[in-house]
Amino acid sequence: MSIIRSLVLISHDPESKLLGSEAIFAAFIEQLHHYDLQDEVSVSYATDIGQSAASPLVIIYPEAVIYGPIKPEDVPHIVEEHLYKGRIVEEKRAPTKGLSGKVAWLPVRKGSNPAENRIVLRNIGVIDPESIEDSLNQNGYEGLAIALTMSPEDVIKVISASGLRGRGGAGFPTGMKWGFVRKATGAKKYVICNADESEPGTFKDRMILEGDPQSIIEAMLIAGYAIGASEGYIYIRGEYQLAIERITKAIQQAQKIGFLGEGILGSSFNFTLHLHSGAGAYVCGEETALLESIEGKRGEPRTRPPYPTTQGLFQKPTLINNVETLANVPAILRNGAAWYHGFGTESSPGTKVYTMLGNVNVTGLVEVPMGITLREVVSIYARGMKKAPLKFAQTGGSSGSIIPASLQDTPMDFDSYRTAGLSLGSGALLICDDENCIVDIVKVLTNFFRVECCGKCAPCRVGTQRMYTTMTRITEGKGKMGDLEELELISDTLTNISNCGLGETAGTPVRDMLKHFRAEVEAHIKLGICPTGICPMVAEVPEFV
Amino acid sequence: MPAETRCESGIKEMVEGIVAETGSARSDLIPILLRISTECSYISEEAIRQLSSCLRLPESEIFAVATFYHMLLTQAHGRHIVQFCESAPCHVAGGREIFQALKDLLGLKPGETSQDDRWTLFTTSCLGVCGIGPVVMVDTDIYGHVLPEQLPAILENYR
Repeated sequence: MSIIRSLVLISHDPESKLLGSEAIFAAFIEQLHHYDLQDEVSVSYATDIGQSAASPLVIIYPEAVIYGPIKPEDVPHIVEEHLYKGRIVEEKRAPTKGLSGKVAWLPVRKGSNPAENRIVLRNIGVIDPESIEDSLNQNGYEGLAIALTMSPEDVIKVISASGLRGRGGAGFPTGMKWGFVRKATGAKKYVICNADESEPGTFKDRMILEGDPQSIIEAMLIAGYAIGASEGYIYIRGEYQLAIERITKAIQQAQKIGFLGEGILGSSFNFTLHLHSGAGAYVCGEETALLESIEGKRGEPRTRPPYPTTQGLFQKPTLINNVETLANVPAILRNGAAWYHGFGTESSPGTKVYTMLGNVNVTGLVEVPMGITLREVVSIYARGMKKAPLKFAQTGGSSGSIIPASLQDTPMDFDSYRTAGLSLGSGALLICDDENCIVDIVKVLTNFFRVECCGKCAPCRVGTQRMYTTMTRITEGKGKMGDLEELELISDTLTNISNCGLGETAGTPVRDMLKHFRAEVEAHIKLGICPTGICPMVAEVPEFV
Repeated sequence: MPAETRCESGIKEMVEGIVAETGSARSDLIPILLRISTECSYISEEAIRQLSSCLRLPESEIFAVATFYHMLLTQAHGRHIVQFCESAPCHVAGGREIFQALKDLLGLKPGETSQDDRWTLFTTSCLGVCGIGPVVMVDTDIYGHVLPEQLPAILENYR
């Protein structure tokens, strides 16, 4: 099948029609043929865009750039710049003020984008992320205003009733965590947003921070009010320069309007927010390592208990939530807990943002209800496999599960996955076809842990290194059958006695490989061949020869 | 004052200036080190010595923190840093070929600096732009969907 990389929607309400939307449609078709893009770009009419002031409107996805008002003679320039050269035509963008909140209704049919359920990505690509006014136009800070009319305990009740669970990977009930910090003794408490997104293949948090920074500030304010904190930190990984710039600007704008500071919205609630940049360490996404890093130390995870909810940042009770978790909070306050249960499954309500990567036709972010299956994501949203059939998918970055094709119909929610012995992780989906060698991929994953291990505890420091050297030996045709038992022993030991989540999950890929693809590993050892022809199967010649 | 002078003979004033702007609490240590690493291209032993007396922290403690984080460089390197993402998503998208081509082209192994001081090659874990893998980063510029044959032209931009 052909791959559609862009989708052009043209408003076609009666007013747009009078102003020439049909001529605009024809002009797009003509110009796309001129640049030979007709197979890559689909052009459709949209019915109700809800912004008549600037009609006729043209919306180009996936960037979700809205142009308007557009005349047929503007089309050649837009096609050349945006669709051919990839540059947004700033001067033709519709003014973002006055958006009604309805963006574009996307009909589900061949050649168009399938419908998503956007809660946390609602504003991404729709508003100007550097404008707080745009955010306010899209009901920004309405959730905070509602929260401030309630008691902190009632806010926690709403979050608990919504069934929201942590989107960082563990799926811990968010309302329960908030309750723990609320009840913890101490006058000084902190809220922390964990934006140290470093799982390979995950960039959902970056998109939220870059595309809708105000929503995170709003959520942290709601959390701060609920747990009784007046100070918060956003810990963003150092590599995310644009996200750091956007959050810095967003904090300044929120301070100016008075959402941050003292007496917020006329209440007695005060809140200050700091941004802390990481400096490059995967382990700092582990919440206690993150605390150490904010305190200016090496990012080595702490021994628990005590948990951060009682002794966190500077030994004070601390709430730590992932970016995606927080991005759900304002919407839940605005629409209520019952509304949130309308998405997803009974025990995992809401949506999940997945990053689709690997050997599929469409890569990128998609936000869909919890409980959708891997098969659905691959066939509907990723538009199918590119070349060869699905062999396995890896969820949640390096520490996630390897899901063989035989388990692709398991609903993707926290509990169904746990029952099947899988973990959802951060939502990265590395989708691999049967031209990939499992041994080769797992070798790459074990290398990741070897490099990123902080070195504090021995099981992880030694075990990750040992797994990597053993995997490397197998790819060089020098494996022994005894290696498999040793790999099993190491991965179990890592899970049982490591100090933190990094070590506990470091053995997952190895364990899943042995569980689902043992025959392929044994072929490397017993027959001395790599069935896909990817592994070298000879030792690399050392440099000194 | 040019960067070389500031980072060598003027290092005391420079460190004091950064501490005055950033703060002298323990939690300011990483932001301070990030600024020194950016402005001087790496954190020299002398910078650690000056910082030690400014913050009243042992040099060993500062060194322990500086060597923990990938973005804090504690050794001199070439004029341009080439980073290759060796994580699984880039690997699946053709990263193996890119890495081999990169090593051949530069004549370097990871961690090495070229004789003319033009390049240092590092491998890195995920940079968070997996949608466009395989990814090569030169200094602060990110190149996505890289093909082996595009590498010479990309590197040509950096003298």
